Amino acid sequence: MSVDWHNFRPQGVETYDFHSGRPKETPWDSEEQIDRYVPTHCCYCGVQCGMYLKVAGDKVVGVEPREDFPVNHGMLCPKGATAYQTVNHPDRLTYPLMRRKGKNSPLERATWDEALDTIARRFREIQAQHGNDAVSIYSGSSMTNEKCYLMGKFARVAVGTRHTDYNGRLCMSSATGANERSLGIDRAANPITDMLHADVIFVVGANVGECFPIVTSWLWKARDRGCKLIVADPRQTPIARTADIYLPLRPGTDSALLNAMLNVVIREGLVDEEFIAARTNGWEETRSLALQYDPEQVAKICGLRADAIIEAARLYGRAKAAMIYTARGLEHQSKGVDNGVACANLALATGNFGHPGAGYMTLTGQGNGQGGREMGQKASQLPGERDIEDPEDRAYICSVWGIDENDLPHSGYPATLQIPAMLRQEIRACFMICSNPMVSLPDQHTVERALRGLDLFVVTDFFLSETAELADIVLPGSVWAEDEGTTTSLEGRVIKYNKAVEPPGEARRDWEIVCDLARRLGKGQYFPFSSVREIFDEMRLCTKGAKADYWGITYEKIDAQNGVFWPCPTPESVGTPRLYEERFGFPDGKARFNPIYYIPPAEEPDGEYPMVLTTGRVIYHYLSGNQTRRTPFLKEMAPYPWVEIHQETADRLGIRDNDWVQVRTRRGEMTAPALVVRSIRPDTIFIPYHYGHSQAANILTNPVLEPMMKIPEYKVCAAAIARTEQAPDWAAEVNPAVLAAALRKRHELPSASDSPRPTLR
Amino acid sequence: MAVKRIFLDPSRCIGCRSCVTACRECDTHKGESMIYIDYVNRGNSVATSPTLCMHCEDPVAPCAQVCPAQAILISPDGVVHQADEARCIHCQNCVYACPFGVPKLDAEKEFMRKCNLCYDRTSVGKGPMCATVCPTQAIFYGTYEEWVLAGRGQQGAKPVNVFYFGQQRVRTRNYVVMTNEDEALDLMALAEAAIAGNESATPEPTAGQNATTWIGSAGIPQREAPASPWTPRTPEPVTPTKPAKPAGPATPSPAEPNLVPVP
Repeated sequence: MSVDWHNFRPQGVETYDFHSGRPKETPWDSEEQIDRYVPTHCCYCGVQCGMYLKVAGDKVVGVEPREDFPVNHGMLCPKGATAYQTVNHPDRLTYPLMRRKGKNSPLERATWDEALDTIARRFREIQAQHGNDAVSIYSGSSMTNEKCYLMGKFARVAVGTRHTDYNGRLCMSSATGANERSLGIDRAANPITDMLHADVIFVVGANVGECFPIVTSWLWKARDRGCKLIVADPRQTPIARTADIYLPLRPGTDSALLNAMLNVVIREGLVDEEFIAARTNGWEETRSLALQYDPEQVAKICGLRADAIIEAARLYGRAKAAMIYTARGLEHQSKGVDNGVACANLALATGNFGHPGAGYMTLTGQGNGQGGREMGQKASQLPGERDIEDPEDRAYICSVWGIDENDLPHSGYPATLQIPAMLRQEIRACFMICSNPMVSLPDQHTVERALRGLDLFVVTDFFLSETAELADIVLPGSVWAEDEGTTTSLEGRVIKYNKAVEPPGEARRDWEIVCDLARRLGKGQYFPFSSVREIFDEMRLCTKGAKADYWGITYEKIDAQNGVFWPCPTPESVGTPRLYEERFGFPDGKARFNPIYYIPPAEEPDGEYPMVLTTGRVIYHYLSGNQTRRTPFLKEMAPYPWVEIHQETADRLGIRDNDWVQVRTRRGEMTAPALVVRSIRPDTIFIPYHYGHSQAANILTNPVLEPMMKIPEYKVCAAAIARTEQAPDWAAEVNPAVLAAALRKRHELPSASDSPRPTLR
Repeated sequence: MAVKRIFLDPSRCIGCRSCVTACRECDTHKGESMIYIDYVNRGNSVATSPTLCMHCEDPVAPCAQVCPAQAILISPDGVVHQADEARCIHCQNCVYACPFGVPKLDAEKEFMRKCNLCYDRTSVGKGPMCATVCPTQAIFYGTYEEWVLAGRGQQGAKPVNVFYFGQQRVRTRNYVVMTNEDEALDLMALAEAAIAGNESATPEPTAGQNATTWIGSAGIPQREAPASPWTPRTPEPVTPTKPAKPAGPATPSPAEPNLVPVP
């Protein structure tokens, strides 16, 4: 069939009939005049994609892809494309809130003076009575380097407490431990672009497609060049679906798998003896231990076919250049550090460091997960990855800050140990910023008891998070678009956010709040900052000569180069995209092998709790969901948690798709709808963790901690699951119409029962 | 000048719906998406696939041909536009005529809507929103030559823009990426096979290929997992148990070794 094209083409006014007078109004047409496009980066995950914010008048009204940033070239994930919607959100906190008459009184509007003076007075009272360390600081990594730096200094200098730590403890701290034990520098070894040089990419416990969507682009481009992909994950994630080898291992058995792969590599002579001799220490112990991990035996532990492990090891071992990527799946375990070290062992044994396409790196989850862990807000750390117990580092920082070394506190509790310290009233007050532990910490019932028991609990946030609901004083802070400052992406690239608008109402920029509070605590002389740039300049002076050296980085250089990779030790330096090309981070320049014994998960399934529960993320939500659960599109797509369960198991337990199921562990229980699929291990169930209150998967998770870094074991615990008629309380609170609409969405989203059955008209 | 086209590659799609959010950001239909992402069969796998207007070239735009009001216009560069609001009589002929099921009637505003290839962007040389943001190049925008240069073709992929619906052949502006062996897609035959075979046409799930059942201890060197410093695990996991109780009062003793601050 062919037709005359001209019949269908608009030919100016001749055929265009304006019989209706005016075109009908389309309410969704945008009338806004865009005044300016502000180049900045996404506020969410560690990829830190470039984007423009569209500003009309004094409001951020939209997003425009920014194609000049070399990591994302304009690409954005659904979180990035909707990130701007948090700026003018009606839920924004616009004035300080206080409980004036004790814990049971409501949060009422207060003035800044009243709120900040109360905090300063109460902190000093509590410290006078119980000692300086009775006040703790709990900060976060989803904020700029300047703010992270400021929080560490605020804790040590203004408050004078040992106990300062941050939510990165829950994020990738295992990888930090592994980097420190094996390689000597806590940073990703390679820029993301190195993927294009790899022959094999091995992804362990990283849901790249959902948690780092833009990294998928590089993964796919690498495969276009013939790179092979190996994925180990208990669930079939979007990247596992088409992987060359997919290893659906049992949660918590990663180190056994990695040892077995090293075993195959050794036995088949695929180790790089030259590299091992020249650039590493300690190979013999690791080698002899690995030889005891026979893949046939390990396969039983991992619940895998042995030949698949052998095939994966051969593929990895024979590659000229291979990369290993890990994320929370491997790190959120009571042996998270060991798992990371096992990855480093495998990469070191095959000589996969220091050249293009070769390396091991963690995909940092939080926007500034890399910068946040080197700016001195950690319990044991001073800016620049300096050690708070090292006399030289202490002396240098004290000289920059102008304080006496005796006044600089020593190391304190990591975030996860602040909770038990609160329970035994060793910590009696807490200042929290950029964190939502009422979603993110394991064993929520205990966390809630600890936070409710504080004499004074202060939360700074821009939304009333689940945690802020428990606070005595809530201070309204700023979102990323209302401030400037640098962050460090998962590659170690320092980039800069630019300010688009002013904070709404009485809300203030976070650094101004902290500096104001420091003044009211009588330490104003140490916080004389009048701009973010001044904080940055002091911060980079603090890092001068340290491992994470920012000294040569300036705002101008970041703009000119589209980001600067640290270490950047001199003003002339352009930065260091690839680490370990000549030497590792230890004094002798050599990497270290550490023999890794397999450690089973702290809880194994038993008669009472026969399933393995693992938790994780979905594409639509970022961390505790405080922002993304308020973004309409993202909320609509994944409005509440669900329980993924294999069809075989579901059939055995009489569970159908969309049934309410109750999941129980030794910590508590929660109810959510079932999603019956064949894309998960039959012995494993999965719940996304982004939700709060009775929807929180972390009611169930095990707070057992990794011994070195104190990261909780989110990814493995024993659980029981049963069908229930009783809808959970949260379902009752939801409008039935909304719930029905959400169920329809779920059908479109994770509906399992649908088979492809097209309707023909 | 070579025509820029969209190449849809379901094998690369990760189902993130970036395209949907980006489409909603368009200034001409803010809040509404003209692209659709569907799970192919969620029970079996996480595979997803994008659907959007293919901008049929030959025969040109069946939706436009059947429009009694000449509301669907084609611009000289071959882009098939959505219905002109002033002309559309919302008869839904286009909805029935489209072989791909793309046009949607907006009942409230009383006219048909569909993808117009981001005409405000593509007419000035920018890519459409969906392809610009797509993190996986499952939606690729460019000329055929640019698609070849991107490298996917070397791994056995080939774009197809010819579709059969029984006797009817449709050639489209946009391509779907298939394998080297494919010349065209016979959609009617696929649909009939799916209906006739019902579930039997569904491929075996791939997720469990390398999985076996877990067998507790297997005689490899092991060490003990650390104990929880936080709430005592009651009862200890090794022994079979009493029912779980909500976490009791936590009383970790200060002497416990795990409570020492990190060095």
